[in-house]
Amino acid sequence: MPLLQVSGLTKSFGGLMAVHNVDLAIETGQIMGMIGPNGAGKTTVFNLITGIYRPDRGQIRFDGRNLVGLAPHVIAEAGIARTFQTIRLFPNLTVLENVMAGRHCRSRAGVVAALLRSPRQRAEEADIRRQAEQQLRFMNIWHFRNELAKNLPYGDQRRVEVARALATAPRLLILDEPAAGLNEQESAALMALIRQIREMGITIFLIEHDMKVVMGVSDRVVVLDNGSKIAEGTPAEVQANPQVIEAYLGREDEERISYHV
Amino acid sequence: MRDLFLRVRRLPGRYVSPAFLVAALLLPVALDNYLLAVLWQAGIYILMALGLTIIVGYAGLFQLGQAAFYAIGAYTVAILNLYLGVPIILGLPIAVILAGALGYLVSRPILHLRGDYLAIVTIAFGEIVRMLLVNNVFGVTGGANGLSGIAQLSLFGFTFDSIVKNYYLVVACVALTIIGVQRLENSRLGRAWTYVREDELAAEAMGVDTVHVKAVAFVLGSALASLAGVLYASRITVISPDIGRFLESVIVFCIVVLGGTGSLPGVFLGAFGMVVLPELFRFVKDWRDGLVGLAMVLMMIFRPAGLWPSRRVALELSGAEEGET
Repeated sequence: MPLLQVSGLTKSFGGLMAVHNVDLAIETGQIMGMIGPNGAGKTTVFNLITGIYRPDRGQIRFDGRNLVGLAPHVIAEAGIARTFQTIRLFPNLTVLENVMAGRHCRSRAGVVAALLRSPRQRAEEADIRRQAEQQLRFMNIWHFRNELAKNLPYGDQRRVEVARALATAPRLLILDEPAAGLNEQESAALMALIRQIREMGITIFLIEHDMKVVMGVSDRVVVLDNGSKIAEGTPAEVQANPQVIEAYLGREDEERISYHV
Repeated sequence: MRDLFLRVRRLPGRYVSPAFLVAALLLPVALDNYLLAVLWQAGIYILMALGLTIIVGYAGLFQLGQAAFYAIGAYTVAILNLYLGVPIILGLPIAVILAGALGYLVSRPILHLRGDYLAIVTIAFGEIVRMLLVNNVFGVTGGANGLSGIAQLSLFGFTFDSIVKNYYLVVACVALTIIGVQRLENSRLGRAWTYVREDELAAEAMGVDTVHVKAVAFVLGSALASLAGVLYASRITVISPDIGRFLESVIVFCIVVLGGTGSLPGVFLGAFGMVVLPELFRFVKDWRDGLVGLAMVLMMIFRPAGLWPSRRVALELSGAEEGET
């Protein structure tokens, strides 16, 4: 059984069909890439899976469990963590505090425990911190731990976002354009990192425009165009697919025409 | 280096609270009963404002009906005491829990909406409560005249029947509340409030049940206002619907904002500015409210983050300004 199974996924905003009848299956331990021209509906698919939008039609099953209609925090707790296309850190908190957020759904202490500072609550707090620190070390941002997130360079902010997502102990990690804004060297490091995360047993689903990254790291790639899936396969298969080539090149033609008009 | 700097900056802070507490404990020696009563009154407002700090300062929600929960606390112990003979000490937990439950019921359906809706709903709730009290709901609130003859708080045969005793009672409540609020702030829940305030969607996506943590803040804040109402009713022993006026909610809100939203020392400064100073300046009579208003306007121009801003909220405010330009 695939870890994530999406079938017939459909979502429209007003009259615009953002995602139309998309089927997807991601096996445990896979790295799945998703590509497509701007506006193809890639981020909408992510937002549907993580519960930020509710699909009009279709099914989303994670490890056999139906995710449709669940709140985002329940989905995070179920084991799906994500990053955002436009970085969404907590800008005025330190890097450590940001990453500690990921531990929230893995800890329990409530009002009474906090008021009484019970041994159990203190042990849990220490654990939250330790786990967060572990992710900081893994992502190589330990030296930034006491800096405010907003003061970090762009590339490092992306690392904090990944660390925060990893802190939730996900089984599926969803990355929305992780290489955006990174230079070539940073992209290469990112690819190594993505593979390393997979080695830890975490399945990965990523949107990426940087073809070098997405083709280099993915086991399989799906291609979205105008909200519909037009191709799926290994990177080599997808690159050779005439429909994919047309979607990319054809779109560029249209854009050029509309640009001049 | 940065760690060292932070440690140095925090050093005096560690002595502020104990020094403040000692001063508070010694004040009755130096002050007459009138001034003590003013400080007692300020203490009641501080309790309400601490509750509002959780709601507004920590969770970032608007709540403009804090006086309604204060009135609910006062009327609950009064009604239980006058009609059923329940002693104040037993009515107190009932009043606090009732206010917390009402806080939940009022806020829960609208917590997923933007903050301004919550402000409107809480204003409306405050007016509903006041009108119910004025109209003698269930025939137990005494209408516009209110209730009188409420018993004083008594614990194991010790009755809080003087201003000095009540002053110490309020000081103890405030001190315990401060400890509790600080512990909450530095806990998993406190961090969750900050995450929600900073970026609600990101918090939700990272597994924070944002509606739940906001509801918890609302319940705690409402319960604290109710506690303040209980302490008020049991010393004054006479209450009227006026204690639930919208103006009272505004005063509590101003205490929080004036002192610095989310800042605990700020609550004390705010209460001093909004309660103690106007009381001491009673002799300027009709000018008083105007001067308070003028002071608020000047404050918002020259110190928008408050008198003693919370470091974090100050950052957020400056960030917002950067964003606008």
